[in-house]
Amino acid sequence: MDPELTLTVDGATHTTTCDTRTSLLDLLRRRLGITSPKKGCDHGQCGACTVLVDGRRVLSCLTLAVTRDGAEVVTAAGIDGPLPQAFQEADGFQCGYCTPGQVCSAAGVLDEHARGWPSVVTADLTDTPALDDAEIAERMSGNLCRCGAYKGIREAVRTAAGAATR
Amino acid sequence: MRPFAYDRPDTAAAAVAAVADRPDAAFLGGGTNLVDHLRLGIADPGLLVDVTSLTSTEIVDIDGGLRIGAGVTNADLAADPRVRARLPVLAAALLSGASGQLRNMATTGGNPLQRTRCPYFQDPASACNKRVPGSGCAAIGGATRNHAILGASEHCIATHPSDMAVALAALDTQVRILGPDGGRTLAFTDLHRLPGDTPEQDTELAHGELITAIDVSYPRGRHAYRKVRDRASYAFALVSVAAVLDVVDGTVLDARIALGGVAHTPWRAVRAEDTLRGGPATEEAFAAAAEAELADARPQPGFDGGNAFKIPLARRTLTATLRQTTPRETA
Amino acid sequence: MTDVLEPRAIGRDLLRRDGGLKVRGTAVYADETPVPEGAGPPAYCRVVTSTVARGRIVDLDTTAAEALDGVQRVLTHATAEHLASTEDRELAVLQDAEVGFRGQIVAAVLADSDEIAREAAGLVEVRYAAEATNAELRAELRADRTDLYTPEKVNAGHETDTATGNMDDALALAPVTLERTYRTPMQHNNPMEPHATSALWTGTHLTLWDSTQSVHRVRDTVVQVFGLAPEQVRVVCPYVGGGFGSKGTPHANVVTAALAARALPGRLVRFALTRQEMFALAGHRTPTIQRLQLAAERDGTLRGIAIDVVEQTSKVKEFAEQTGVPTRTMYAAPNRRTTHRLAALDVPVPSWMRAPGECPGMFGPEVALDELAVELGIDPVELRIRNEPEVDPETGRPFSSRNLVACLRAGAERFGWADRDPEPGTRRVDGWWVGTGVAASVYPTIRMTKSTATVRREGDRYVGRIGAADLGTGAYTVLPQILADALGVDEARVDVLLGDTDLPEASVAGGSSGTTTWGSALVEAAREFRDEFGDDPREGDEAAADVPPNPAEQEYVMSAFGAQFAEVRVHADTGEVRVPRLYGVFACGRIVNPRTARSQLLGGMTMGLGMALHEQSLLDPRTGAVVNHDLAEYHVPANADVADLQAHWLDEDDPYVNPMGSKGVGEIGIVGTAAAVANAAWHATGVRVRDLPITLDKVLG
Repeated sequence: MDPELTLTVDGATHTTTCDTRTSLLDLLRRRLGITSPKKGCDHGQCGACTVLVDGRRVLSCLTLAVTRDGAEVVTAAGIDGPLPQAFQEADGFQCGYCTPGQVCSAAGVLDEHARGWPSVVTADLTDTPALDDAEIAERMSGNLCRCGAYKGIREAVRTAAGAATR
Repeated sequence: MRPFAYDRPDTAAAAVAAVADRPDAAFLGGGTNLVDHLRLGIADPGLLVDVTSLTSTEIVDIDGGLRIGAGVTNADLAADPRVRARLPVLAAALLSGASGQLRNMATTGGNPLQRTRCPYFQDPASACNKRVPGSGCAAIGGATRNHAILGASEHCIATHPSDMAVALAALDTQVRILGPDGGRTLAFTDLHRLPGDTPEQDTELAHGELITAIDVSYPRGRHAYRKVRDRASYAFALVSVAAVLDVVDGTVLDARIALGGVAHTPWRAVRAEDTLRGGPATEEAFAAAAEAELADARPQPGFDGGNAFKIPLARRTLTATLRQTTPRETA
Repeated sequence: MTDVLEPRAIGRDLLRRDGGLKVRGTAVYADETPVPEGAGPPAYCRVVTSTVARGRIVDLDTTAAEALDGVQRVLTHATAEHLASTEDRELAVLQDAEVGFRGQIVAAVLADSDEIAREAAGLVEVRYAAEATNAELRAELRADRTDLYTPEKVNAGHETDTATGNMDDALALAPVTLERTYRTPMQHNNPMEPHATSALWTGTHLTLWDSTQSVHRVRDTVVQVFGLAPEQVRVVCPYVGGGFGSKGTPHANVVTAALAARALPGRLVRFALTRQEMFALAGHRTPTIQRLQLAAERDGTLRGIAIDVVEQTSKVKEFAEQTGVPTRTMYAAPNRRTTHRLAALDVPVPSWMRAPGECPGMFGPEVALDELAVELGIDPVELRIRNEPEVDPETGRPFSSRNLVACLRAGAERFGWADRDPEPGTRRVDGWWVGTGVAASVYPTIRMTKSTATVRREGDRYVGRIGAADLGTGAYTVLPQILADALGVDEARVDVLLGDTDLPEASVAGGSSGTTTWGSALVEAAREFRDEFGDDPREGDEAAADVPPNPAEQEYVMSAFGAQFAEVRVHADTGEVRVPRLYGVFACGRIVNPRTARSQLLGGMTMGLGMALHEQSLLDPRTGAVVNHDLAEYHVPANADVADLQAHWLDEDDPYVNPMGSKGVGEIGIVGTAAAVANAAWHATGVRVRDLPITLDKVLG
């Protein structure tokens, strides 16, 4: 008997059943037809499947759907604000396949930074660092981009961070 | 991957009972390692018992340190002001590991229990004594760049992949465990095992035993965590060093050192500590400590060039990290 | 000389037209194709792959898999349909019991869910004949192998060997000679989107929604392999999640998807390779061993240059990378030799990976030149300038334009090369050894001979049609810019439809030829359109045209050039290698869209950085398996690996190449990068690394 679960995805509520083996990524893509999060590796090694679950960026490929009953999921299709436009302006993508994961991850980075979280390149871990190029690069390194759009991605995050603090 | 049952009991005790009952049951925490293994076909549980909401997600003050609930995520732990201020070696190790997304998933209880990243362990078509006891070790003579230089056996040359565990091994850390017969506490440095002739056993935990919390004491001294890896980020360590050095008037009062990427366990560098303790905090002493720690290191030849380089790399990284813990003479 | 368009939309820094869809994730990739109306519920395909690299299947038990609830079919060599053509052995999927490499498809499971298909695939039991043991496996490339052979031609139809003058005499007579061997490893394209197909067989027609760089090439291949008529097969691909060559030719996965669909008529079958499977089934770049010989005067003038290349191909199918080709055109020298020798091994089939030939083939020569510069005490920028040829050294034909020297000079200026102290291993900053290096880039300007475009007036708009592909290159954006200028109308009134065999036939998105080829077809169609309908066409007016011949291609050698400058830091304690600065200056004709072109160049340089520092597929010679077959262990650059990366270009007017004056920007960025980094790593440390990647163990000292 497949268990039933309810998810809110980008504001819409879905109730469905799923195989216990189904990842959140496959549930979104296969069952609910929400294909914004991408499958690049299916093993937590690329970041293309990144979504926000209850406000935190996570890898949906390593999340079993059944463990997230009642969760609120946001995909790149549900992200408003300055990020999507900033990615376009900075040409922070080419093929577009890693991009929804990058955008979700960027949203996570902005939130984590707003909470004052440090990164491994933060000189003083007790500090809340400025979101400079090195900080953004480190915080976004869990999202691989084979097209090599990293420079544009950093620019997009920086622009969106600036817009958020204005 | 066969279908498995999924259970989310109300209490940790019930979860322990549920897993203890079934040999093919497993605890599910953040899932970052287990779900990977399910998909690789190297874990095949019949029942997953979800413990993410059963163990504490709190970090509480205890005498001289912190009690970290097993459910605390790596991200939350690294962001905790007490950890950042008083256990920076742990914060830095956590932040060196994986990615922002994975740190939001991985838990305090689960991270130290992650299994080796040996590619032959991860490939069901390869011989692996850890996966299938008695089948052999395809890693020996294979691609050994990421393999052990300390404590390996003829049965297994795998390394432990965690960064967090390296810092915990250096610190005074106790693991609080709940089992079918009640609770117990284990020193963190006793948690992991060398492979010997039973590499299938990563740790001293019995089936059904659950880590509920980890207690860490604040050490005296200056902290440093140095991770050396091929990529600038999002890569496992070739070698990592966690060090806390308590130096007063140029003399090392206490040293806490552990190495990552070099052994089947997070490697507590007891010899290096012994060499340093009571002596001067000088470059020569650091080098001697590193020399002592790596004295028994053995390289693994491999078609990829092998891992002999890790011996000097570990020595040099250890020396450099100790240097980092020593106050520089500035005006 | 062609009529070059007056640039109005061309040259504008326009946003990508597909950007809005891509940042929201609503652009539809192959695996996401909605189930077409009338089709049954989708089925999922998972494959079983061989665990031996050579041998024969003696038993294949599918009983348990077939017994699983939800399993529809298990295809094996015993049950799969016989293909009409098995000439291409890579594509002869499930046709016999022979195994030619580890990871070959030996069974395919079709089921109602992906989870069930995966479980069932795990239940298929395969036994191989004893001869399949790995004792006599041939999986290791070495230059001293006795079974090396000379291929008839190398990739892109180039001659296998060339010789001018007498290289041996040059070596004997020149005051300075240098002989070195360089190695580049096996590499994998690893586009972020795994190779995927959604396939539907209706009983008479096959539709493939495939992730490909060429819908027409996929169609033609499937037509041949299955013995179908072209009108029975449609291939659709609106978006491609990267390819870099691996989706330029159809691989076994496409045939598998078609086999699966034909086994389940009326159901949409989805088949996506796993990341791990891609390392055996989606092509790779061969490892290369390059012996370089240089003969020079003391002033740096080259008297001779030679490269002898040894590389691998698969026993299953030949692919001969043209690694020696760039040496034929880069520098002047009266005596020259290039050769290619292959070993046919028990390994997966190599194929195209970004700039096949030029990319690995500019590593050895550009490091050798640096070594010569050191030996002669001549600045490496100056050494290259001194050997600039007046005409193409191989053919004697003039270049349509060649601005390598200008790139070197402009790059040196931007990078601050002038003050460089040539002494290696002398600069230490904050615990890091610092060095700088330079290398040249080259990529031929290719225009495919066949592509057709139509232009049609629809409402107030002009619609171009061509079955091309945008794999992130920007085709959706730059082709309308070109068509607008060709029509003399506002770019905002122009659309160009791509990615469907229902559209006019287009060449592959490869060889940096997309814009030059498809643009030429669109310009020609626009010309026809204006000739026929004037400036005030009516609804439905339409014209079609093929890529016209360009006689200048017979008179001139056409290539883009560039220069890359790298700053490398090597940690004094740990040997960690980082590249804080990497600047490229390119001369690649007219830039159609600076934004998308810059991204292409930066992307190429980033992949070149990965080649320099990280990328290496570890093929276990004992088993023929790529051990590091995932993205945790096969390292492509992460964001933090890329620091101050800059791509610039010179204004270059080339009236001969095509009406756009464009040369292609997709591949030149990866050419020379690794050499520039290696040269800088030497300058930082004094350690010369001649085998990529430059990992810390090689410079630790």
